[in-house]
Amino acid sequence: MKRIAFLSVLVAGLFALLPVFAGDFYINLGSQIMIAAVFALSFNLLVGYAGLTSLGQAAFLGLAAYLSAWLTTRAGLGHGSAALLSILGTILVAAGFGLIALRASGLGFLMITLALSQVLWGLAYRWVSVTNGDNGMTRLSRPQPLGISIDSAASFYWFALIVTLVSFILIAIFVRSAFGDSVTGTRDQSRRMSALGYNVWMIRWITFIYAGFWGGIAGLLYVYYNKYIHPTSLSITTSAEGILGVIAGGSGTLVGPIIGAALVTFLKNYVSSYLERWNMLLGFVFLIIVVVMPDGIVPGLHRLQAMWRARK
Amino acid sequence: MQFWIIQSLNSLALGGLLFLLASGFSLIFGLMRIANLTHGAFFMLGAYFGASALRSYPWLNFWIAAIGSGLAVAAMGGVLERLVLRRLSEKPLGQVLVTLGISFIISDACLVVWGGDPIPVSTPALMRAPTFLFGFAFPTYRLVLVGLAVVAAVALYALLDWTRLGAMIRAGVDDMQMTRAVGIRISRLFTAVFCLGAGIAGMGGVLGGPILSAYPGLDADMLPLALIVVILGGVGSLVGAFIGSFLIGFIYTFGSALFPDLAYVILFLPMIIVIAFRPQGLFGRRPA
Repeated sequence: MKRIAFLSVLVAGLFALLPVFAGDFYINLGSQIMIAAVFALSFNLLVGYAGLTSLGQAAFLGLAAYLSAWLTTRAGLGHGSAALLSILGTILVAAGFGLIALRASGLGFLMITLALSQVLWGLAYRWVSVTNGDNGMTRLSRPQPLGISIDSAASFYWFALIVTLVSFILIAIFVRSAFGDSVTGTRDQSRRMSALGYNVWMIRWITFIYAGFWGGIAGLLYVYYNKYIHPTSLSITTSAEGILGVIAGGSGTLVGPIIGAALVTFLKNYVSSYLERWNMLLGFVFLIIVVVMPDGIVPGLHRLQAMWRARK
Repeated sequence: MQFWIIQSLNSLALGGLLFLLASGFSLIFGLMRIANLTHGAFFMLGAYFGASALRSYPWLNFWIAAIGSGLAVAAMGGVLERLVLRRLSEKPLGQVLVTLGISFIISDACLVVWGGDPIPVSTPALMRAPTFLFGFAFPTYRLVLVGLAVVAAVALYALLDWTRLGAMIRAGVDDMQMTRAVGIRISRLFTAVFCLGAGIAGMGGVLGGPILSAYPGLDADMLPLALIVVILGGVGSLVGAFIGSFLIGFIYTFGSALFPDLAYVILFLPMIIVIAFRPQGLFGRRPA
């Protein structure tokens, strides 16, 4: 664990140098990658470690973002208390959604999480008096953590980098802990785990809430970065991009989701600057990754490494 | 009074459309254990096929357009099942994600081909005049739509219960290994059921046209409703899909009319109640 923390701080330190030699376009791309990475990390807790394939993680990203937007503009709260309340609200909703969705498992769980997140999406569209509907909520502001402005591209990038680093380390600690082992235990052998006296349901519920919490953190970063929020943040496309990052990078690995999220974000930005057909491309990438590379990049690399070692 | 009666009829019409969508989804899930997220896109594709055929050839009969679109979508479903889903058998997660990916491709392709403006589908000429019953005026087409859904339900029920194909499907749902062992070609059965489900959805898209018209995002509007119907009714159950469809039809229509802001949240309530007490759905036999 110490090694992981040390390495990740080192890598983050290297990434912190980006604004020194790159222009605003790439700095902003970096910030978007950070946001997608935190979101994919939260998704991976469910999909990869708990073996619970959800298609509704966007619900927590969008919810935290909407809560923060609403609290800072309509309710007139400061950013600190708004952030705290948004995360608290997201955790509560995650707990409620978990109670419902965990009544089922497998494809049933997937369908329920999808339906629940679509309900929130529909609410964001229709409840115009609160969410401003299809126009989205505009003219939002960024917070000033410790009194430092993060309005410039570089300062926001550093802020997002720190948040991502902290998320990564805390998620790694969670996964590597004894509790994390019991989470993977419920994924691989849920019957044996309950025979050993573990409360499988409770373990899954706690993981669901923890994943919802990090989804909410990703949502805060998202709304701070865009200074704008629209119902698409809650849509199935957002969930799909997240799960694509997880699967492309390698679900159930620590670093995989970050690499996958970087890939998806890079692709999205690169393609969007040439043509408007991002959704179609997203669909094709899904098709290719699932059919050709179902394990993802990081396990693929591990396999290559093992093959190379075996040859020696 | 007129409000309640008209909204009830609207609920029934929406319920009928939902049944056309959810019954196919439920059949496919019951037999193949695939949560086919392309189903909403099939519905939209059918609507677009019908709408553009009727726009280009105004002499074309509405019902022929509906059947033709249904067949075209069924053929696409068959191709999808044979070429893609077949490769991923035994990997339910991969299958779901692939159907999701394909639904993105279809909906974006529809946007490219048909543009962002809704394409209206005109009501068949014979049914434009309202029907007068008990002193109230009813839109004739909606009455017909409800009748069609009931006919479709009876036909599907008869297919499953009385025919050889239906017996094979039921056997496959109950015990796939044994069905295969007694010499039934499960592989062909899968393709047949997938085509059937896709075709009904595609036809439903055209039949829904005069009410909903064909527009981008129709898939994203319909799929969640179908999912909720199936979660409520229980996967693989035709009766469940039927009752769930009309239940959701009523809740959604009255919810939208009475509390337009919160219609989606009202959908949520029956789902929570059913899942809390019967996680497998009202008529489901095993947990999803």
